[in-house]
Amino acid sequence: MSSDTGRRTAVFVIAGVIVAGAFAYLMLGGIEDNLEYFKTPAELTQLGPEAYGKTVRLGGQVAPGSVKWDAASLDLRFRVTDGAQEIEVHSKGAPPQMFRDGMGVVVIGRYGAGKVFESKELMIRHSEEYRAPKPGERPQEMYRSLIKGEKAS
Amino acid sequence: MESVVNRAATAAPMASREVRWTTVGVAGLVLLVAAQVYGVLTSPPDRDMGHLQKIMYVHVPAAWNAMLAFLLVALASLRYLWKGRLADDLLAASAAEVGMLLTGLTLALGMIWGKPTWGIWWTWEPRLTSTAVLFFMFVAYLILRTFVDDAERRAQWSAVVGLLGALNVPIVYMSVRWWRTLHQMQSSPMTLDSSYTWPLRANAVALMLLMAYAVAHRYRSALMTQTADELMDRLALKGTPGGSRA
Repeated sequence: MSSDTGRRTAVFVIAGVIVAGAFAYLMLGGIEDNLEYFKTPAELTQLGPEAYGKTVRLGGQVAPGSVKWDAASLDLRFRVTDGAQEIEVHSKGAPPQMFRDGMGVVVIGRYGAGKVFESKELMIRHSEEYRAPKPGERPQEMYRSLIKGEKAS
Repeated sequence: MESVVNRAATAAPMASREVRWTTVGVAGLVLLVAAQVYGVLTSPPDRDMGHLQKIMYVHVPAAWNAMLAFLLVALASLRYLWKGRLADDLLAASAAEVGMLLTGLTLALGMIWGKPTWGIWWTWEPRLTSTAVLFFMFVAYLILRTFVDDAERRAQWSAVVGLLGALNVPIVYMSVRWWRTLHQMQSSPMTLDSSYTWPLRANAVALMLLMAYAVAHRYRSALMTQTADELMDRLALKGTPGGSRA
């Protein structure tokens, strides 16, 4: 019976150490730096030539008024902004149905010396806001929080 | 170790307890139907995604209740390691089953929402990845249980794996705040129109009642199975010569 209790205590201690260790790793290990799903236009601009030619994800807001869509050739050009910096994006094919001015987006592709981001995949990033449409309200307003609120909390 | 047989025997008013839990289950089911009807009939389409927004009424309650179920796994596992009562292990396993199901539901509905909203079914971003890890850890937990025959050893290993799995819950929850994700942050009453908040809350409560009922039901049947196994073992040990063990 006593060896039984001893074994149980041992298991308990080991479990505790594993749990505590995992927490410490998360808190102190600096994982946060490696878990960015996308880069902001400011970050990508700052990387400069270092980022050229590599496949990266760029995220931000579709700069209002920047969308140029050619339905005949399925050619899409727009700028992604984080409020401070803007990057020109070129994409082929029809975008997801919620794509529009002011919408949050993440594009996967390559940035080059031509300062144009060639997008291979375009994703919409929806904010945590859910609103019923109100008469006279501009839909873009809801996406201001997407960039400003980005990791601010 | 305290015998489950004794425990089942001392829990005398099993029948009245069963009636109580059935009431909880029926209440949950009725409330769930009412909350779904309420949500579909009263909440307006979202200005971007239209009625796709309705997925929120199942996706979010499923995620919340999965987290509650895994919290129960953690508490029961801890108590097992502390006191060594097999009943706590069975409670942890019951909660793990329900939590895994609800996590699967969360993932499936999230993908169905993600395709028309984001434009993709799946991507390896922190919220999605951590949720998938949570899901598969509890799949592994339940598989592990079927591989270990000795009840006490199964309980010890399960408790450790269950605790490790439950450790993922705060990570999943905080992932959208700690890291830059494709998945949005948690909505709050500030970011959600009031026409959406009440159906969401009603559905969450309904699913919580159903979750509690399901865990209680699985726990009770697990206790009975364990009791039957112990009685079989006792019978086998006493083993009257020529007696049947089947």
